[in-house]
Amino acid sequence: MLTTTLAWLNDRLGLEGIREVAAHKTVPVHSATRWYYFGGITLFLFGIQVVTGLLLMFYYRPTVAEAFDSVRFIMTRVEFGWLIRSIHSWSANLMIFMAFVHMFSVVFTHAYRSPRELTWGSGIALLGLLLGFGFSGYLLPWNQISYFATKVGADVAGSAPIVGPAIARVLRGGEDVGAATLTRFFALHVMFLPMLTVALIAFHVILVQKNGMSTPPWLSAANVRQMKFFPNFFLREAMVWYIALAVLGALAAIFPWELGEKADPFASAPKGIRPEWYFLAQFYTLKLLPSHVWFMEGELLGILGFGLVAAAWALLPVWGVNKAGEARIRLVSGAGIFLVAYLAVFTYLGYVK
Amino acid sequence: MRALVVFLVPVWLLAQPALFAQPAKDTCVECHTAMDGDLQKPALLIKGDVHTASGLSCADCHGGDRLIDDPSVAMSKAKGFIGKPARTAIPQLCAKCHSSPDYMRRYKPQQRVDQFELYKTSIHGKRLAAGDETVATCIDCHSVHDIRAVKDNQSPVYPLRLPDTCGRCHADAAKMAKYKIPTNQLAEYKTSVHWAALSKRSDLSAPNCASCHGNHGAKPPEVESVSAVCGNCHVLFAQMYEKSVHQPIFSAASGGGGCIVCHSNHGIHQPSVAMLAGDKAVCSGCHEVGSAGAKAAGDMAGLLNGLDTALTRSESTLTQADKYGMEVSEAQVKLLDGKEDLVKARLMMHSFRIEDMRKPIDAGMGVAAETLRAGQAALHDKDVRRIGLAVSVFFISITVVAIWLLLRRQESDGSGYIEAQASQMTKE
Repeated sequence: MLTTTLAWLNDRLGLEGIREVAAHKTVPVHSATRWYYFGGITLFLFGIQVVTGLLLMFYYRPTVAEAFDSVRFIMTRVEFGWLIRSIHSWSANLMIFMAFVHMFSVVFTHAYRSPRELTWGSGIALLGLLLGFGFSGYLLPWNQISYFATKVGADVAGSAPIVGPAIARVLRGGEDVGAATLTRFFALHVMFLPMLTVALIAFHVILVQKNGMSTPPWLSAANVRQMKFFPNFFLREAMVWYIALAVLGALAAIFPWELGEKADPFASAPKGIRPEWYFLAQFYTLKLLPSHVWFMEGELLGILGFGLVAAAWALLPVWGVNKAGEARIRLVSGAGIFLVAYLAVFTYLGYVK
Repeated sequence: MRALVVFLVPVWLLAQPALFAQPAKDTCVECHTAMDGDLQKPALLIKGDVHTASGLSCADCHGGDRLIDDPSVAMSKAKGFIGKPARTAIPQLCAKCHSSPDYMRRYKPQQRVDQFELYKTSIHGKRLAAGDETVATCIDCHSVHDIRAVKDNQSPVYPLRLPDTCGRCHADAAKMAKYKIPTNQLAEYKTSVHWAALSKRSDLSAPNCASCHGNHGAKPPEVESVSAVCGNCHVLFAQMYEKSVHQPIFSAASGGGGCIVCHSNHGIHQPSVAMLAGDKAVCSGCHEVGSAGAKAAGDMAGLLNGLDTALTRSESTLTQADKYGMEVSEAQVKLLDGKEDLVKARLMMHSFRIEDMRKPIDAGMGVAAETLRAGQAALHDKDVRRIGLAVSVFFISITVVAIWLLLRRQESDGSGYIEAQASQMTKE
């Protein structure tokens, strides 16, 4: 019966081709092989986000009057609603963390080299989209902290040169965070960003498939032992996914994601207002900058600086290789270590201060 | 050239605003500033005076002409100089302006102008009129030469400072000896909830001496008016008390009645159930142990304590659940209704009819029970979640181990790997 069904599907979908690809796909085995798993974990967590997000949409209502109460309803009345919402929130954070780990593993194994420039570029774009998911999703419960953090975030975006005010207005749907902001953040979060992300993930994965897994430049690809992707690597990845699922379950059960208080636009901003941890380093940097540096505002200088660094980072395949196309190992690893240290230290300082 | 000078001189003059902003000449301040001791003091103090800020000066109270340099002329009777006014003349002197609506309208149109009329009705005013110069006049409370607006926190009549200002005389046993009135009011007041609200919470609306006794018409409330005085703020409590069985009895009591029978007057402390029953019960001062009154007080205390205990239990259960990250905010908000019921029950107690207390007590107990159930359910949910987690982790672990064993079995003969050379060959 199963064989007949598969044969029927194969005739129509050409499944044999997929099996052929799976049978011949290999993964290099060396000291850095473990880093290959992080892209898969990020993808798995994105899958969790899609499933839990769809379930949350059954009950969530994106209006100022109902958003908070609908999330509270999910947390208290809906069967396993607390689990779905907590997993969605925890998974979002873990996904962004894993995406960062994946990105830095690519940097330190210098996998951005030709012919993987587009893989790197699409990966950076995906990280940007994930941050967009985080920023838009943070506001949706419409609680006090998220409301004021979004105000701060939109103000920061608004201080960007030339286009800043327009970006802030488009983000907020007006001059201040309000009903229009919630509606458009919801639309961004559940339609616009997912469509872009799914398309980009497909592109990213197809490129990985086409170019194969990169081997670090200090190893000769020809002399590296290979592991069959299916079933050997796939089963190992499955083990990691199961462990990730257990970790998510534990976090959701032991530390349910808190709901906070309903946003009150007329209340004064709560003390110690700060964004989610993945924006904390930048937030703290902006706080440290003096109000004026030379002839320009400190915040403007900070935003320009972040923009330039992000652009330079996206262009890593250009400046990270020499004319012969070989990785500039010291330069790129040094920049990577500096960036990791900066993010770690400033995130910590932003958290404790 | 001449035309140029004619043009430039007015222009230059207009460009010198300092020439036009010179304060009016005040020879009183100029001369007295150069003196020593008591004669210099007023000239120094007057710089911070609210009247100076409005352009008034020494001569506006003391008479004389501040524009004349020669003191014999400036301080002559011909110029209306009156020197240091007699204490008995001070209220009238201040009233010259402060009781004149036309005059006051120029400076503070919203300010009342009946202070002097009120003062005349006060104990202070009556005694002064009778020739007692030791009683308070305007300057004893508002200070002299450095008089500040009531809203100025340096003013002696600023709410936070007023009790000490009254206490300067009323807490002084020597000064009060001839009037035969107690001097412990300030000390008692400073142990009260009112002073705590004023001094610790900086609640300037909290009662000070003037809130109950009045200010210019300062007068101790009579027995019948005590509950009305307290009822100015504690409106609902006064209404309950007015229809209570105690109202006529307390009103007939000597030495102060109404609210102060139980709550005292100046040293009003945080009321508690201990006032109803137990060793420190104020009820037991009149109702003997075993009497119907003592029993009713005990029952009221039992009701209040019962609700308080039930609400506390619910609150601690909800707090515990909240600490575990359980979502109990709805129940926590509901609990506030129960606390409101407790406040209502305490209020209804002032009618001294136990049946009046039943309704809020029953409602509060209902809230306490409901929120306790919510808290307990949340704690139970927490346990269920953890058991569910343990079971899930157990099955996930089994699956992971099974995959691991499967991989080990498959890879035990080296299958699944392509050696470097072999992989090269495969590619070729």
